[in-house]
Amino acid sequence: MRIGVGLPNGAPGTSGQLLIEWAKHADRGPFSCLGVVDRLAYDSYDPLSALAAAAAVTSRVRLATTIVISLLRPTGTLAKAAASLDALSGGRLVLGLAVGARREDYIAAGVDYHERGQRLTEQLIALRTLWEEGTLSPRAEHGPPLLVGGLSDASFARMARYADGYVHGGGPPRAFARAADKARAAWRDFRRPGQPQLWAQGYFAFGDSAIEAGKSYLRDYYAFTGPFAERIAAELLTTPQAIAQFVRGYEEAGCDELVLFPTVPDLDQLAQLADILDGLGRGAL
Amino acid sequence: MKIVILGGGPAGLYAGLLIKKINPAHDITILERNAADVTYGWGVVFSDRTLASFQRADARSYEQITNYFVIWDAIDTCYRDERIRCGGHVIASISRKRLLNILQERCRELGVTMRFGCDIADLSQLGAHGDDNNYDLLIAADGINSIVRRAYADHFQPAIAQGKARYIWLGTNKVLDSFTFIFRENEHGFFQVHAYPFSGNASTFIVECDEETWLNAGLDKASEAESIAYCERLFARDLQGASLFSNNSKWISFPTLKTKNWHYGRIVLLGDAVHTAHFSIGSGTKLAMEDAIALAAALEQHDLLEDALNAYELERKPVVETLQRAARESQSYFETLKRHANLEPVPFTFHLLTRSGRITYDDLKLRDVRFGDMVDRWYAQQAAPYATKWGNLDMPFQTTFAPPPMFSPFMLRSLFLPNRVVQSTIIEGTPPAVHVPGITLQEFKARRTGFGRFAWPFCAGAGLVIFEHVAIADNGRITPNDATLSTEEQAETWKLALRSLAPISMAKCGIELNHAGRRGATRHRSEGVDRPLREGAWTLLSASALPYLPGSQVPKAMERDDMERVRNDFVRAARYAEQAGFDLLQLNCAHGYLLASFLSPLTNQRSDEYGGSLENRLRFPLEVFEAVRAAWPEAKPLSVALAASDCVKGGFTVEEAILVASVLKEHGCDLITVQVGQTTPEGEPAYGRGFLTAFSDRIRNEAGIPTLVGGYLTSSDEANTILAAGRADLCMMEQVSR
Repeated sequence: MRIGVGLPNGAPGTSGQLLIEWAKHADRGPFSCLGVVDRLAYDSYDPLSALAAAAAVTSRVRLATTIVISLLRPTGTLAKAAASLDALSGGRLVLGLAVGARREDYIAAGVDYHERGQRLTEQLIALRTLWEEGTLSPRAEHGPPLLVGGLSDASFARMARYADGYVHGGGPPRAFARAADKARAAWRDFRRPGQPQLWAQGYFAFGDSAIEAGKSYLRDYYAFTGPFAERIAAELLTTPQAIAQFVRGYEEAGCDELVLFPTVPDLDQLAQLADILDGLGRGAL
Repeated sequence: MKIVILGGGPAGLYAGLLIKKINPAHDITILERNAADVTYGWGVVFSDRTLASFQRADARSYEQITNYFVIWDAIDTCYRDERIRCGGHVIASISRKRLLNILQERCRELGVTMRFGCDIADLSQLGAHGDDNNYDLLIAADGINSIVRRAYADHFQPAIAQGKARYIWLGTNKVLDSFTFIFRENEHGFFQVHAYPFSGNASTFIVECDEETWLNAGLDKASEAESIAYCERLFARDLQGASLFSNNSKWISFPTLKTKNWHYGRIVLLGDAVHTAHFSIGSGTKLAMEDAIALAAALEQHDLLEDALNAYELERKPVVETLQRAARESQSYFETLKRHANLEPVPFTFHLLTRSGRITYDDLKLRDVRFGDMVDRWYAQQAAPYATKWGNLDMPFQTTFAPPPMFSPFMLRSLFLPNRVVQSTIIEGTPPAVHVPGITLQEFKARRTGFGRFAWPFCAGAGLVIFEHVAIADNGRITPNDATLSTEEQAETWKLALRSLAPISMAKCGIELNHAGRRGATRHRSEGVDRPLREGAWTLLSASALPYLPGSQVPKAMERDDMERVRNDFVRAARYAEQAGFDLLQLNCAHGYLLASFLSPLTNQRSDEYGGSLENRLRFPLEVFEAVRAAWPEAKPLSVALAASDCVKGGFTVEEAILVASVLKEHGCDLITVQVGQTTPEGEPAYGRGFLTAFSDRIRNEAGIPTLVGGYLTSSDEANTILAAGRADLCMMEQVSR
């Protein structure tokens, strides 16, 4: 299992300069990728712009959207932005897509909220075709790897039909393991060769004041889930032991790439995470 | 805090005493409609895990409760006059009345006010009993018909689903030493009993049947006494002279309640007022009392009421939902029990014990080795007829050893499979060339390329390996990489490949013949499925001229001569399969490929004799089947990979699949390989471990034909559980990567 780190693009109060610095530091290791989250109606950075900036100051890490709410963007625009980012970064983009769960984002984008699943399917098919044709963007034989997220039965079928892997939304390793089984079952049912790429994510904060700030950020960010936000806040990873257990649980459940997201935009948090991974014997590139 | 609890059942009383115990400063009043000593229902059951939480919550009441416990560890299944015992399930029960007395006494000790005979029909009445509406917290533990939940239904958003079966909650003086399931069939239908002891001389006795049976028996019009008399007659052999008793008992259907929000302002719902779970998993009282424990703890831990109620809901809701899912499985099992009435007592019992999916073969073996061994022996005995094939067995058949079910042999016609494990594999192009005598070392090495990969499934221990998706002609391929079996040369290559496997494998070898239909001419599966070829596409055929995806090629709706050609291609491929030496032949009639496109009303919109009714939709697949059956050797089995459901509204259903399987069986089909979905891109099977098992269960047991089931099975425990319960005869196992 590879371990990546999130950019703090969804954390309010993050300066542009910090995002750039964060990306530079992460590129030095031991992280395999930089992840971004997507939310329109929230104080946050556009995920593809943030990754484009990161692309310019990094050379090694992969750049992953986990996920981008793809329906908020017209398919042609998204195809072009993603292909541009992929070309700019020398083929380091991994494009994770999902329908998201917040109606406000669709309202803010002026996009219909209904039949999102069906439209995501159409988008998945169209993206590959547009990339191959190369009429809109730098032509690519295959385009960036596509991941699909979501927990509905339809999500797993969509993933196995059209994408290269699955990206899980978060939770304890047990929840991931169940979703991973569904992804593998669907993959196998479509007789796709090999295994689906399985991606997952978690949130961290270290140090008393950061933990408090991180929890209140999660409560706010996930306020739309109602009382569930409290559970997400309670699952915040705050100690080396918690990270060790989380990493191990995900690895045992067959995760291929785990992206750990900061909840506090502070470079010290990134340094602490790197130290902890080093302590777990995962400090090498 | 001033707390009013509505309802003096186990949930209300337990919440009252626990909250008071933690903080005696709270002023708590419980309002109960009935008198203190009036109660409905007989006994309640608890598992050992629940008991541990009672002990932590309040040791005093725990001790009193356990003093009156009846504890047993066996579940008996009485079916077709056989009684099969499975031990190791620690369950305890107590009379509901005794439980209430203990909790009331404890409430009194702690200073909780209890008012009995307060019939609150309207929330405004809460003031009439001296407690003005000024409570700080109202705990609604007033049961399934909660007036509080109803008064604020907009906020709580409850949903009730009525069960399909009818049941009546009776008591008996029959002495039982186990949880006992009794199954009886009479001229009216199929009845089952859930019975368990709750005191030294009395047992709960719940009688259940489906609605049709209930009406047939005239129980809708029967009085209480007539109902009891009917049940006493029906279960006379089980009661052995004991009587049944009523306690205001009526035939009802089980209401499953789910509530979206569990609290609103200063009101919180508890127990049956907020959720119910079918009685067959015996969890109603347990859940109610666990709710009380969680609520009391939350009130202690949080200063703000809102936080406490949030914490309570957050803790309990997922637990309850998990149990409700299991209860739903169990309930639907009992509602449709007739489907399994043809199972022999041993698999019937095993099926019953593993119905909810929470208990597996390995679990039962751990709980009761003797039971597990009996299951293995029964299963192994099923091989007895294979021996008698070669001559009379002049002694009772005895197995010297009984392996777990997955290692039991199985026979289809003259094909003897050494075990129940099947692996499937797809090869591209033709089988790799293999060693034949008389070639140079260099040639040998060149030909051997890829042979390891080809041979690997045969070395993994499966009894049968099936090569899937072999096209009957080049224009029947899914992708250009698919293997085809349409020429003499291909048949000879397969023959060499199969021969070279013989020394390394005991596995028998099957081949699945397919025509891709409208899903043909697509790119390699590594690029995703159903993506049309950019160049080199061939003309597609299907039942109707409907493209698979909006951008896919529009297939040609097959005409009579197309049908003849395709049927002849299938027959030709079957003859070549025989020439190559395959042991089993399978026709693909699933996943929206050509034959399946005729079956589904979503893909077959023909107006001729090949479209419309199920009989018409089955006509062409059946013509192909019959032609292939005639061409394929009599001694060798012929299987069909059948779509068991489109998993789309308005599509082909499992009920239709059962009919199709029955017809195929009549025409000489030996095995159904169960598949679902992919008929159209909208299909949404509930992917996950064992997602095909329920479909296989129905087809096998309702059409009476052996089935092969996959659905991402990776462990021997999954396979043994499916096989021992008679949910399938063969299991397709997947490799686990990593």
